[in-house]
Amino acid sequence: MATQQTQKLARILIAPSIILLLLWMIVPLAMTAWFSALNYNLLNSVTSFAGLGNYRYFLSNPAFLSSLLNTLVLVGAVLAISAFFGVLIALLLDQVIVGRRVVRLMLIAPFFVMPTVSALIWKNLLMNPVSGLLAWLWRLFGLAPVDWFTQVPMLSIILIVAWQWLPFAVLILLTALQSLDQEQQEAALMDGAGPFDRFFHLTLPHLARPLSIVILIETIFLLTVFAEIYVTTGGGPGVETTNLAYLIYSQALLQYDVGAASAGGLIAVVLANIAAIFLMRIVGKNLET
Amino acid sequence: MGRITLEGVTKSFDDTKVIHGADLEIEDGKFVVFVGPSGCGKTTLLRLIAGLEDVSGGRILIDGKDVTRLAPAKRGLSMVFQSYALYPHMSVRRNIAFGLKMARMPKDEIERRVAHAAGILNLTDYLDRRPGQLSGGQRQRVAIGRAIVREPKGFLFDEPLSNLDAALRVQMRLEVTRLQKQLKTTAVYVTHDQVEAMTMADQIVVLQAGRIEQVGTPLELYQRPANVFVAGFIGSPRMNLFEGPVAKRNGATTLGVRPEHLRVQPGEAVAPAGCEAWGGTVIQAEHLGSDTFVYVDVPGIGTLDARCTGELRVQVGDTVTLLPDMYQLHRFDAQQLAMA
Ligand SMILES: Nc1ncnc2c1ncn2[C@@H]1O[C@H](COP(=O)(O)OP(=O)(O)OP(=O)(O)O)[C@@H](O)[C@H]1O
Ligand SMILES: [Mg+2]
Repeated sequence: MATQQTQKLARILIAPSIILLLLWMIVPLAMTAWFSALNYNLLNSVTSFAGLGNYRYFLSNPAFLSSLLNTLVLVGAVLAISAFFGVLIALLLDQVIVGRRVVRLMLIAPFFVMPTVSALIWKNLLMNPVSGLLAWLWRLFGLAPVDWFTQVPMLSIILIVAWQWLPFAVLILLTALQSLDQEQQEAALMDGAGPFDRFFHLTLPHLARPLSIVILIETIFLLTVFAEIYVTTGGGPGVETTNLAYLIYSQALLQYDVGAASAGGLIAVVLANIAAIFLMRIVGKNLET
Repeated sequence: MGRITLEGVTKSFDDTKVIHGADLEIEDGKFVVFVGPSGCGKTTLLRLIAGLEDVSGGRILIDGKDVTRLAPAKRGLSMVFQSYALYPHMSVRRNIAFGLKMARMPKDEIERRVAHAAGILNLTDYLDRRPGQLSGGQRQRVAIGRAIVREPKGFLFDEPLSNLDAALRVQMRLEVTRLQKQLKTTAVYVTHDQVEAMTMADQIVVLQAGRIEQVGTPLELYQRPANVFVAGFIGSPRMNLFEGPVAKRNGATTLGVRPEHLRVQPGEAVAPAGCEAWGGTVIQAEHLGSDTFVYVDVPGIGTLDARCTGELRVQVGDTVTLLPDMYQLHRFDAQQLAMA
């Protein structure tokens, strides 16, 4: 876009899609904002203006703080797992020579399984305390099987979600590893750098950018994890696995309180934006140049 | 010290043999150039010396010590890659210092050496930049800086100038040669550019298809090529090489004569006693100003290239006689080897 002419043309041509996108976002957002200011319960045909009452109600709900915390724990843990093991597995896969394609395909597969389905698989086939594979494994070693969703509900959710997102990280990181310059590695070899030095001084800096992308994209999706919780724990026991998305759902469709749910939705939007700005600050630096 | 010895070094990739038994003695402080056509194994041989590839057979010695199974870093050599292979995330300073840091050298010593190298290479103002912010020539100098700070026993260069433009290449050629003479460190330099080879080398190693064809000083190779391949490869424009009755008459299977050893005489002429005279038709004349290259079609021999002064006026279609300098004829036998 060198000249003023082309800039102007570009703006005109882009305008329709920008406007459409704006409407697409603004209309639901405006409706949510409007509902959030109403006393609006599906069980009660009378609606009335509530002002900030719904916000006060949602924020003072003791479940709110714990759901916020749960969201952070879930996002943080899954990010940590997919970054750490993502790098590790990508490094290993980069070494594998025989059966490369098959191994890769198998690794990517979980990404294509619907969240609901994968949660069901984990719940019924793997983590079931009586008939699950893990229970069998535990018994094999003479241990008492773990009742995953009762004893360690958050850990279970984290495992399921991480299982889904790890392949994505591996895929991106593996692609990045393959573009690593071989002569650089050899130069480092001549310079007397061992495997760890080469990893920390060459490979890891090279992976900074793809890692940023992984973290950015995963955060966006992990903030709204829902199906996995809905299918397995239903937010319980108590509110131990209730994240923000699930809290809003339970407000709206379990308690039929559309007003409070809308208020919660807007609060979630604000929080997500704060997280996004925060992330862009830290991570976005790596994406420049 | 840095005497590098190859003893019967061979290398195969899978089933293809790429280096067929190389024997070579590189003396301390010498600038040795590997030259040869593309794919002849120059890079492979250099990488074998560096330790980046394992030999399939034979031994490599540095200062008399067998290093055949030694890791690259332990051989005390440093390498300048064709792509420079700088570390993109590090500043120029850290790039140059990396090898020293890996050797756990004290900080102030590292700093001293980096500053010294940067001074020699005119990089002092660029020490805090990233490689991405440098020009090609500057990157090249960083790569050289990285090689010299370690004060190695020898430098290995793999076509280090091939990514530079012509003018910069000439300048860097001089700088590299000057630096090597100043440091008195053994250097092995790979190129396929024979001008680089002729101007930089103390010793040239001519390779063809994984075999060492000849080793010698630039002038030795030029004046006494050991075989037809070297005769044709060294020298620009190429030596005229031909077979046939004229070659036989002079007691050789293949006869060679360089363009500057052919005198061009307009018209027909008779050979003086004991000399040759080849009459023919000019098919092309390249006037370069100082020199003129005349391509002459001689019946029974083929096309010969002759160099003469720019004053000579010849045109396409003219009949001329070529008078070779009989003392400068190169005779090769049926095995393509030079005859004494
Ligand atoms: N890793 C490898 N695997 C199989 N064959 C190889 C490998 N590396 C090089 N070769 C082969 O070895 C031969 C010599 O290669 P090399 O790179 O040493 O040539 P070179 O003389 O450096 O050529 P150039 O002037 O084009 O760089 C070539 O025929 C090449 O195909
Ligand atoms: Mg090469």
